Amino acid sequence: MTAPAALPEIDPFAVDPFGQPATAKDEMLCRHLNRLTQHHRQNCAGYRAILDAVGQGAAPASTLDAVPYLPASLFKVAPLQSVPDAEVAQVLTSSGTSGQAVSRIALDRPTAADLSRALVAVVKPFIGPKRLPMIIVDAREAAGTGGAASARAAAVRGFSTFGRDHLHLLGPNMAPDWDALDTFLARHHGETKLVFGFTFVVWQHLYQAAQAAGRRIDLGPAILIHGGGWKRLADLAVSNAEFRGRLTETFGLTAIHNYYGMIEQVGAIFMECEAGRLHTPVFSDILIRDPTTLRPATPGEQGLIQVMSLLPRSYPGHCLLTEDLGSVTGTDDCPCGRPGRTFRIDGRLPAAELRGCSDTRPLSRLDS
Amino acid sequence: MNYMPPISLHDRLQAVFADALQIAAAQVTDDLAYRGIPEWNSVAHMALIAAIEDQFDIMIETDDVIDMSSFAKAKTIVENYVAP
Repeated sequence: MTAPAALPEIDPFAVDPFGQPATAKDEMLCRHLNRLTQHHRQNCAGYRAILDAVGQGAAPASTLDAVPYLPASLFKVAPLQSVPDAEVAQVLTSSGTSGQAVSRIALDRPTAADLSRALVAVVKPFIGPKRLPMIIVDAREAAGTGGAASARAAAVRGFSTFGRDHLHLLGPNMAPDWDALDTFLARHHGETKLVFGFTFVVWQHLYQAAQAAGRRIDLGPAILIHGGGWKRLADLAVSNAEFRGRLTETFGLTAIHNYYGMIEQVGAIFMECEAGRLHTPVFSDILIRDPTTLRPATPGEQGLIQVMSLLPRSYPGHCLLTEDLGSVTGTDDCPCGRPGRTFRIDGRLPAAELRGCSDTRPLSRLDS
Repeated sequence: MNYMPPISLHDRLQAVFADALQIAAAQVTDDLAYRGIPEWNSVAHMALIAAIEDQFDIMIETDDVIDMSSFAKAKTIVENYVAP
């Protein structure tokens, strides 16, 4: 039985998601993460067994770095959930192919609703309250038809909320439909458009495809939001700066925002601001750990990214250690004016198991 | 002149729901909830929003897309857009 008293009593959606300085936020976040730890300990036997096995007592953590964390990859081998099967409304999976383990995330209706609200709260400050004519740089098939969803489908569906008159730019064979794009652009001439896609897909199937077709297309005014597949881009040695430069130049984009997120903590994404930093909203945060000692890193030092979120209630994913490398870029000092902690992604732990947050096909398979 | 009784917002919206979700109008009651039936999933939700916008000639904002969690809620939201 889910004990309502164990859940966060605040409404994180009633406040400005980027209105809290880190100092005020840390204490609040720690308190509510403790409540979630307690909630999952009571409602998920597997989670309780793990905490017991590592000697993690029931005493609440006094600082964020003392909140017990699970490896994000654990959801590939242990489908932990804190609600009965009958209450699971949706199952999200990372999109691995055969031979690779797939994370399985169980959402009940309240958690799924919170994730949608969180996504809106985080993204709205960057694109405004109105839904924009939207170009989805993916195939219609990528969103699926409902029910279980891969990470890519979940992202496309989630971001579709911000759009109207959605154009799925790519056909089933991932080739752009330039004629459909021309018609769409004529219909929405002068309007601000939203362009969304996975980083790698945008690069390969929009930018490179336009280059190959000798097309220079003015999408503008338009805002590009991309994420999910940056690791694959890093493997091609395309930097974030080059990505931004080439895309802006080729398509006349007015703004480009990367985001960092993963299926294990869907909803609580981190948006890249105008100054190029990833921002932590009021209901989620990160900290950096030394890859060897797992101790908290000193500010600015590179290490493993730990993600924390108040949203996961139907599964114990509120505090997870990823295999991604990053560093804190500042606290309450971003030139964009938003308070809170900011960070950057530096890559992936070398020799780690290949685990994209969404696009997890092995490279050899992709390139062949 | 033939007198046409005005069709209520309830009836118009009920018809849009039934048509967009491909369910019987009788199924569209106040407590019909988003994700409460297989037909009203996240993909169908965006098609439903577009159908409501067409029918009432309105533009629904992002927050209201998320808040539209039941048929009853949808009536309240659409009323706010069409109110003179």
